[in-house]
Amino acid sequence: MADNANNTKRVAITKGDRIKVWWRSTFIQGSWNYERMQNGGWAFSLVPVLKRLYTTKEDRAAALKRHLEFFNTHPYLASPILGVTMALEEERANGAPIDDVAIQGVKVGMMGPLAGIGDPVFWFTVKPIIGALAASMAIAGNIMGPIIYFLAWNAIRMAFMWYTQEFGYKAGSKITDDLSGGLLQEITKGATILGMFILGALVNRWVSVKFTPIVATVPQSKGAYIDWAHLPSGAAGIRTALEQQAQGRTLSADKVMTLQDNLDTLIPGLAALLLTLFCMWLLKKKVSPIIIILGLFVVGVVLHVLHLM
Amino acid sequence: MQLNFLQIVLVVGVSFLAGMEGILDEFHFHQPIIACTLIGLATGNLLPCLILGGKLEMIALGWANIGAAVAPDAALASVASAIILVLGGQGTAGVNSAIAIAIPLAVAGLLLTTVVRTLATAIVHLMDRSAEEGNFRMIDIWQIVAIIMQGLRIAIPGAMILAVGADRVRALLALMPQWLTDGLGIGGGMVVAVGYAMVINMMATREVWPFFAIGFVLATVKEITLIGLGAIGISLALIYLALSKQGGGASSNGGGASNTGDPVGDIIDNY
Repeated sequence: MADNANNTKRVAITKGDRIKVWWRSTFIQGSWNYERMQNGGWAFSLVPVLKRLYTTKEDRAAALKRHLEFFNTHPYLASPILGVTMALEEERANGAPIDDVAIQGVKVGMMGPLAGIGDPVFWFTVKPIIGALAASMAIAGNIMGPIIYFLAWNAIRMAFMWYTQEFGYKAGSKITDDLSGGLLQEITKGATILGMFILGALVNRWVSVKFTPIVATVPQSKGAYIDWAHLPSGAAGIRTALEQQAQGRTLSADKVMTLQDNLDTLIPGLAALLLTLFCMWLLKKKVSPIIIILGLFVVGVVLHVLHLM
Repeated sequence: MQLNFLQIVLVVGVSFLAGMEGILDEFHFHQPIIACTLIGLATGNLLPCLILGGKLEMIALGWANIGAAVAPDAALASVASAIILVLGGQGTAGVNSAIAIAIPLAVAGLLLTTVVRTLATAIVHLMDRSAEEGNFRMIDIWQIVAIIMQGLRIAIPGAMILAVGADRVRALLALMPQWLTDGLGIGGGMVVAVGYAMVINMMATREVWPFFAIGFVLATVKEITLIGLGAIGISLALIYLALSKQGGGASSNGGGASNTGDPVGDIIDNY
């Protein structure tokens, strides 16, 4: 920060103000509207700082008005922009020649690229990973699922918002140079790679498509199944049976192969993959996701009634 | 089951939180895994609601409001289906039919969102007027009013389902034959693909498709947990970034402070 000659009465933003802004920015989307999107929440977030920096009614009115302009970015990535804006407002209140256009320029210049990093990192990487982990626990009836989701998500989010806001405040307007460089693109690319990798795994593990028709009933050779007729009697028989099962013997003499078993020996999860690709194609053809979802329910019911699934 | 007064208040409270978060997207009270579990906790139906939340979360993993694709509304879907599950009194057996009911409600939720976001435009104009007077207090109040509106968006429908009452919800659920609920369960298993497809469509480029393939194949190894897969994925991303930086022309040789002290990168570089 420039050490100007303005020693007499330099107004400064306190850490308390910054904590207040950080907390208020949690509600930045509260008045999201079709006209200027996050503008109300943005002004709401900056209120503690504007209150500190400006004392006359005219200054306050002007400050609020310039922060009620159009604004929209990823809700968490608004934090570094808030930080930079605080720094600029502080300089301006202390007499630096920073006009409305400059402040608006910084906001608009940062919100686009930062939304571009927030979506892949938070919505497509962190959320699917934590969400899938927690959801698989919850489906198994484990209460730790939602608890882990809530704690992990909010710890990551709150820490991210605080540190990027502080970073923005300290870097001031210089941050635009840092972020427009390679770092931003690298983080986005890294998140995209991780996200695609995890999505591949999720498609295989969690999209469930099972075809039930029996394609073959194969009689097995002796020794591949448990020969129930020739077991020792009593507890010894149960023991032998369990031992044989542990060795990998099947329970019945005939091996039943469903269509799904056949597909699985080829490529496990192939049907799930094809279904996902089909959904992607439909979405690209501008079919509404809601139509696809309802359609899949109908398909599920119809195929079940026909005993195909 | 019949709910007592305190339980009704708690359920409406959770609905309100879910409605707020549906727009704020910060604490994630609107995510099925949280909202359904909280409703289960409030009504003493923890286990069925927990499972419902998990299954709905799997479906909703890819739902995010970005770009042109409008995602269904997770808040109304989770709140309404959890309430119906509780009122129906079928326990874990009712989870699949609750999910099937949730999806059309997620669509209805979208309409309500549009209405509230349009109303918020009027609120922002009221903020403009307060700004003219430099009135900070009124800015705060209008912001809070807008958030309350979003909360009511889910709290009111939630209360309406509660008002319909357990008997009528149960009668409705009893009308559903076994083949229908089983079929809906099978459909629910496939619907998960839609969310993933939405996300893949947003991210996929020629460059990152191989990573999808690696993830898909590795997932068949059942011994690798999701956390293990996450570790592999992070490693792959770091390796790829490091390699592409070093391979990107001789001019970038030794460039970037982030490269120093990276033994793996050095070994690969020496080959």
